[in-house]
Amino acid sequence: MAAPASLPASGPAWPMGYLATFGPRADPATALTWGLMDISIAVVVIVTVLVVAGALLRRVSARGPMPAASPGGKGGLAWIAIGCALTTATLLISLVWTVQVLARIDSPATKPGLTIEITGHQWWWEARYQPDQPGGAFTTANELHIPTGQPVRLKVTSADVIHSFWVPALTGKTDTIPGRVNLGWMQADRAGVYRGQCTEYCGEEHAKMALYVVAEPPARFDAWRQAELAPAAATALPGQTIFEARCGACHSVRGTSAGGVVGPDLTHLMSRRTIASGILPNDVASLSGWIANPQALKPGAAMPATNLNGAELTQVVAYLETLK
Amino acid sequence: MSDAALSQAPLPDDALPLGACGKNSVGWWGVLCLIATEGSLFAYLLFSYAYMAVQRGQAWLPEPHPSLSLAGPNTLILLASSVAVWWGEEGVKRQRRGQHIAGLGIGIGLGLIFLVVQAFEWKTKTFGLTSGSYGSLFFTITGFHMAHVVVGVCMLTAVLAWSLMGYFSPRHHARVTVAAIYWHFVDVVWLCVFSAFYLSPYLMG
Amino acid sequence: MTAPSTSPDDFRHPTTVRVTARFPGPRLLRIWETEPGLKGWFSSVDHKEIGLRYIVTAFAFLLLGGVEALVMRLQLTRPGEHLLTPEQYDQLFTMHGVSMIFLYASPILSGFSNYLWPLLLGARDMAFPRLNAFSYWVYVAAGLFMYAGFVVGQGPNAGWFNYVPYAAKPFNPGVNIDVFALGLILLGISTTVGAANFVVTFLRLRAPGMSINRVPILIWGTLTASVANLLAVPAVSLACFLLWMDRQWGTHFFDAGQGQPLLWQHLFWMFGHPWVYAIVLPAMGMVSDGLPTFCRRPLVGYTPVALATVGTMALGFGVWVHHMFATGLPSLALGFFSGASIIITLPSAVAVFAWTATIWTGRPVFTTAFLFFASMIVLFVIGGVSGFMTGSVPVDWQLTDTYFVVAHLHYVLIGINVFPIAGAIYYWFPKFTGRRLSERLGVWNFWTMFVGFNLGFFPMHLLGLMGMPRRIYTYAPDMGWDLPNLIVSIGSFLFALGILLLLINVVVSLKRGRPAGPNPWGAPTLEWAVPSPPPPYNFAVIPQIESRHPLWEAELGESPRRSSIEEGLLLDVGRETIGTSPLDGRPTLILQMPEDTLAPFVLTLGIAAVFVGLLLHVWWLVGAGVAVIAAALMAWFWPRRRQITPEGVEPADE
Repeated sequence: MAAPASLPASGPAWPMGYLATFGPRADPATALTWGLMDISIAVVVIVTVLVVAGALLRRVSARGPMPAASPGGKGGLAWIAIGCALTTATLLISLVWTVQVLARIDSPATKPGLTIEITGHQWWWEARYQPDQPGGAFTTANELHIPTGQPVRLKVTSADVIHSFWVPALTGKTDTIPGRVNLGWMQADRAGVYRGQCTEYCGEEHAKMALYVVAEPPARFDAWRQAELAPAAATALPGQTIFEARCGACHSVRGTSAGGVVGPDLTHLMSRRTIASGILPNDVASLSGWIANPQALKPGAAMPATNLNGAELTQVVAYLETLK
Repeated sequence: MSDAALSQAPLPDDALPLGACGKNSVGWWGVLCLIATEGSLFAYLLFSYAYMAVQRGQAWLPEPHPSLSLAGPNTLILLASSVAVWWGEEGVKRQRRGQHIAGLGIGIGLGLIFLVVQAFEWKTKTFGLTSGSYGSLFFTITGFHMAHVVVGVCMLTAVLAWSLMGYFSPRHHARVTVAAIYWHFVDVVWLCVFSAFYLSPYLMG
Repeated sequence: MTAPSTSPDDFRHPTTVRVTARFPGPRLLRIWETEPGLKGWFSSVDHKEIGLRYIVTAFAFLLLGGVEALVMRLQLTRPGEHLLTPEQYDQLFTMHGVSMIFLYASPILSGFSNYLWPLLLGARDMAFPRLNAFSYWVYVAAGLFMYAGFVVGQGPNAGWFNYVPYAAKPFNPGVNIDVFALGLILLGISTTVGAANFVVTFLRLRAPGMSINRVPILIWGTLTASVANLLAVPAVSLACFLLWMDRQWGTHFFDAGQGQPLLWQHLFWMFGHPWVYAIVLPAMGMVSDGLPTFCRRPLVGYTPVALATVGTMALGFGVWVHHMFATGLPSLALGFFSGASIIITLPSAVAVFAWTATIWTGRPVFTTAFLFFASMIVLFVIGGVSGFMTGSVPVDWQLTDTYFVVAHLHYVLIGINVFPIAGAIYYWFPKFTGRRLSERLGVWNFWTMFVGFNLGFFPMHLLGLMGMPRRIYTYAPDMGWDLPNLIVSIGSFLFALGILLLLINVVVSLKRGRPAGPNPWGAPTLEWAVPSPPPPYNFAVIPQIESRHPLWEAELGESPRRSSIEEGLLLDVGRETIGTSPLDGRPTLILQMPEDTLAPFVLTLGIAAVFVGLLLHVWWLVGAGVAVIAAALMAWFWPRRRQITPEGVEPADE
């Protein structure tokens, strides 16, 4: 699973890390994470030094018979009292800070202008955009675009088993539970491509259920949204006919007769950087390989081997390349 | 008897009873542990009921006010059987064999009647085990309780048989006590289950 | 020679006798020893034999779970590795969790506790010897049951936590999950009866004079865990039963349409969180009893530690939701459970302060046991702070379901269970076998385990902070995860080598270890007063206890009177021990203990038949099993008539 070739070459060293985050939903928690981590490291160092020093400084030789027991040095209980006092103080500070952060990230500072309904599937992500104005809804998959500097409301659910939606640089995890809609939000203050992945074990290909969030300036986001709203342009390509007949039962391409909802919507497939839920780059070779034998790349995936011959495969891929 | 250098001093306090008896027995504490764990089981069952009710809301109940015409009297029958078993245990403590045997026998009989009436009541329900989560919970929880009644009846029957065979005495009848405690526990559980399924809907309006 | 005076009914004035060269003679041995041969082996109710069987069996599951882990580490050493298919990986990580958390972590503690409790308490056996045997047989049956599925490639595959809906029939139609659900119910029977045994033994079988503030901390640890298990195990047994119902009969407990998937998580974690305390508190008790021996002084703060043990467990019932922080619960619930999860750090930390203080105010002797007991303090704290971090909800929303939690759980489980157990093996091996383990090999053993463990698991904190999710069979390159995964794999194999060294030390020392007397460590508690290994009856006479450290009374001067171990009550008419009052340990009756019997084993066979029948839908087998159960229970509980013989009153139940 190579990283997509179209990502900026200076991508982050840890695409899934969250010690540096880029939005108000994640940043206060990141500061808290660093704070609790610093406390934790300090505690470990102190206790280790005490135990090791105590053992080495007070030791007697293990040779010969065991020395006689004795009531021991005084002041032992003070250790417990002091330890408990320091622990209590630290815990209370941490608890107060925790509650503050929880309150702060519970909802965004301004009302979100965009709602995305995310549905987890085994093993891909469906995203339905619900802007405020009517008629502005569309469905896409596996790659979300959001405008920078604005909060985005998330309504998260599942079509089958429990998954978990997570884009570390922007927001903490929200489980997707069938029969239930969980609410969340995220905001990116910096443009960029952010990786996410499913983080609740959901079956065989849980490991290969990634997604990308592309945060771009509002003007570029609007352009993307307008493009996504439009149906696919009609073509006279033979690949379209094959696609509608052989793939339409599971996949949708608006503007054609392909209307399946079992698999991802492919109306604007070429606008995405990756395919197969973030695990392959979106280029001709990977696309051909995926369509020819999905089970080789993601065994257990719902997409069966398509049994297209060489010519059919080339034609279908050529058609898909038009879905910009 | 043994090659022991005996010190002649007896225990300063009274002589020790030999073999467990009543509340001094390990069996009594053992059945209390059993009650703690089985009681927890019913607590989790009723938690599941409450959780489902809260999540699903008022419309979840198939009948807003479940009929008490069978379950109500059945509750009294079970309570009466507990009284009978208690009376029977008193009989063995006071060495009144008639009371002992009659108490156990009546208790078993009333327990069996409870089972029959409950089976009858199950048949009157318009929903089934797989109708929905209410049905699943109702039959599973009352079913668990029935299973405990069956176990209790078996225990009491064994104890009754042993009583008839003359194994117990006023001092040594721990098995009677254990079976009786278990039976009373089953009764208390029924009160909780009954309150949850039959009474709480009335309280919700 | 006078026979002990008896009333014709059922009282006795037991006489006090002194142990001499000629007493005890062969009489006590004849009364208590297990008969040789197969029948004796299957019918034994001796707590020491049962304890050793638990330990050996639990270790076997530890090794199986360890091999499963090593195979997974081979798969994860590099990105995109193809050693395992996803389904194989999923069964491996599920069985790894099941083996370690259910089939090793608790039974190993039951094994040590079973062996040691009567010796620590001054009793001849546990309160319910037959129930004890039964709990072991059912444990073996449950382990075999769960592995049987795995062996034929139909093992549980939804994780040890088995979340629905993935574990429900539509997504998992095979028999895998039924193996899990029924197997766990079966294991729950073993855990529950074992817990009842410990609770009642604590309340009634302590030696005269052993008031509750004189019992070793291991007793507090196991007692606390046992009370908790009585109350918590039904939650998971119920969850498994309801899931089995959903899967077989189409009920609607957990399905998304008419049930509630989250109900599974609530029930599971209402059990699961108390369980993780139940699998460490007894081990902490071992450290609290063993470390002071090697510091040549009593534990600092006995009372705070005992109270903290109970307090931690009690609070442990109120934090289960912290496993569900990402499920979309209301803020009020999140705040409450986050607070409780942070606060629970405090009672858990009391022991750490007590142990550190014991080292500083004592004179530590660096035996291998000491190395394990002391090093676990550091591992405990590392595991504890990573838990503290995940207790904060906003932080947990980033950390949960990443390798950070994998690091946390291994530091607490290996640090607070495996390392103390390793120390316990070095500490009590002489008592169990009459031989010492090699200290030279022990030092190698310790350092290999310590370095290997930290090398294998510390980098997982980093992997978690770099966002590597849990339970993935492979990962992409360019995530920054490659090098840490390689280090983790190397460390894991080194740690496994350490475990192997421990096994080698045990096997070799069984034959060639230096002989050990009753008290090779100069330790203070009662088990070190009897020979190594102890005779079947433990104590020739019932001891009278006057302090917390009966064998250190001369040095400590804790109490005005001295405990009496060589002179005490003679109880030798059949298998007898003393029953005492729950708080003060005043003698209140003479308990008549059962003889060896096959009933527990036969009962297990009946129960196993029922469960196999339920799994495979073979209903006649279920019926046959029920019949066997009924027969075994009747044989077990059948009363015996009391008869007066010249030797006194024959043992009888009532």
